[in-house]
Amino acid sequence: MGETMNYRQVIARALADELAADPKVIFIGEDVGAAGGAFKSTVGLHERFGSDRVRDTPISEQAIVGAAIGAAMMGVRPVAEIMFADFAGVCFDQIANQLAKFRYMTDGQARLPVTIRMANGAGGGFAAQHSQPAENWFLNIPGLKIVVPATVPDLYGLMRGAIRDDDPVLFFEHKNLFAVKGEVEDGAGPLPLGVADVVRRGADVTIVATQQMRHRSVEAAERLASEGVEATVIDPRTLVPFDDDAVADSLRTTSRLVVVQEAPQAGSWGASLVARMVTGHFDLFDAAPVLVAADDTPVPYAGTLEDAWLPSVDRIVTETRKLVSY
Amino acid sequence: MWTIRFFEDEVKELFTRNLVRGSTHLCQGQEAVAVGVCRALSAGDTMTCTYRGHGAVLAMGAPVDRSFGELLGRAQGLCGGKGGSMHLADLSVGALGSNAIVGGHLPTSVGAALASQYLRTGAVSVAFFGDGATNIGAFHESLNLASIWKLPAIFVIENNHYGEYSPLEATTPVTRLADRAASYGMPGVYVDGNDVVAVRAVARDAVARARAGDGPTLVEADTYRQQGHSRSDPGAYRPDGELDGWIARDPITRLSDAVVAAGTLGAEQVGAIRDEVLRDVKDAAERAIAWPQPEPEARFANVWAERS
Ligand SMILES: Cc1ncc(C[n+]2csc(CCOP(=O)(O)OP(=O)(O)O)c2C)c(N)n1
Repeated sequence: MGETMNYRQVIARALADELAADPKVIFIGEDVGAAGGAFKSTVGLHERFGSDRVRDTPISEQAIVGAAIGAAMMGVRPVAEIMFADFAGVCFDQIANQLAKFRYMTDGQARLPVTIRMANGAGGGFAAQHSQPAENWFLNIPGLKIVVPATVPDLYGLMRGAIRDDDPVLFFEHKNLFAVKGEVEDGAGPLPLGVADVVRRGADVTIVATQQMRHRSVEAAERLASEGVEATVIDPRTLVPFDDDAVADSLRTTSRLVVVQEAPQAGSWGASLVARMVTGHFDLFDAAPVLVAADDTPVPYAGTLEDAWLPSVDRIVTETRKLVSY
Repeated sequence: MWTIRFFEDEVKELFTRNLVRGSTHLCQGQEAVAVGVCRALSAGDTMTCTYRGHGAVLAMGAPVDRSFGELLGRAQGLCGGKGGSMHLADLSVGALGSNAIVGGHLPTSVGAALASQYLRTGAVSVAFFGDGATNIGAFHESLNLASIWKLPAIFVIENNHYGEYSPLEATTPVTRLADRAASYGMPGVYVDGNDVVAVRAVARDAVARARAGDGPTLVEADTYRQQGHSRSDPGAYRPDGELDGWIARDPITRLSDAVVAAGTLGAEQVGAIRDEVLRDVKDAAERAIAWPQPEPEARFANVWAERS
């Protein structure tokens, strides 16, 4: 038994449950309070917890992240919202130079339990400055955990896990999944970061995908099943730490790897995963792995262009079929 | 102030002996700002500063030997040898970190003030930064946010008249930096930054305002760095006579002269204190030099919080 809600609603539910569980948790961001969030994903929190704990800020991304850092150093557990993930560019210094490495530079004199929530990704027609799969920007910065939930129960459990984590966590909510429905079990609690979800099992090929590409990959796997090709679909759910074992275990059965990602190839989590698997587990492969990625262009606006830019179910099916027939 | 001055003298020496890596940014001539402000603080208050932050971190009470140890990259350094000159921090005395990104620590300082307000600790948070930093976006965002939330924060401009090699007039359209406070609805106070007593008085007022819940203050302390910007800078761009004029107003000489003139201490007593401080600093440096470098394996520690 549980409660059915959508991805957008479960954001507020998870935040509310953590705010209720721990008085050290506060939540700050632009229009997150009285207005209920630019995406209406934080409705009701301000009324319930008050403006001391759910705080509206000016349009000041550097100050928002910096304030979260300083407050965390002094014992608060702040959740900060950067409305669109693209705006992380405005406070990149605070994330990359301050948040990620303060603990290291001071040799562990403080913990930084900061969670930064950001609306991520393409597919909604928001064009190039509001659609980037920004999670890849941060892969090259040790010290940040990166969470990319695709489903309602995952978002719920991982959000609670992120807020309880003693390290900085970048929490990417995919805005093209806001309407996806799912169930939060009664008594559901925090999920650990770094544990993949094996969504589906099949012996022929391993497909690894996150967020909306997970949903497309599951659809592709179902189509392939009707042709007699059985795929395992793995959603890592967090990119840092990454559950390499789940992928390697699956390769022991399938010997074939397809990684599907929303972003261009260069410097991406998919490219890193392929590199790690090939260098660490070459013996497990019967064929070269495939990285299904977006094009090396900014995200275009028009529907036809954006659709073509994002890896489609058709493309995942075609690439996987080719790999399996190798 | 002598501790800081002699610490910096020693750092210069250690640097020429190749014992200090990278670069150092000395604050000689600016000691009265760090000491005047930090002396107005109480236990539990916090401070953030820049790469020119040796003085402020020492003024908060960080141990001199472990501060040397950090510059020397020793395992017993304040940050285990992971921070160095530009990243000195000692959270146990409220020194929340020196920052090598111009203006990067101002938002953090706002956060420490937010924690004080939210947790009702009564702590005040101070940020030191240069005149050049007042042209950085993070400065404006930080003052605005601190003011709108009435946070117990103090922003201290150490106006040493140069941003790296550029004189203030070349980069900044206003001459009185304290005036910038007007945009953020907070008091902007100008003070002679080479007069430690005046600085402490101004800081006490700002601390009282902050603790009373009346919000932040911007302080402009007018001072001068007697060295170049960093170890690689001889300061050749300074007009003739400028440095001499400021050395004539050296904050340490001024204080010791004033103390003697007022009859509080005799000249010999002042000299004896000076010699004692010098000896202590030299001893601390020697201790730190003898400490071992960190084991290479230590580089993996403290990327992440250990699981609790
Ligand atoms: C964001 C950033 N830009 C540029 C630099 C290079 N830089 C280091 S110190 C400095 C001058 C800063 O001047 P000011 O703020 O007046 O401080 P001061 O060094 O005089 O104490 C510059 C430009 C930097 N460290 N960070």
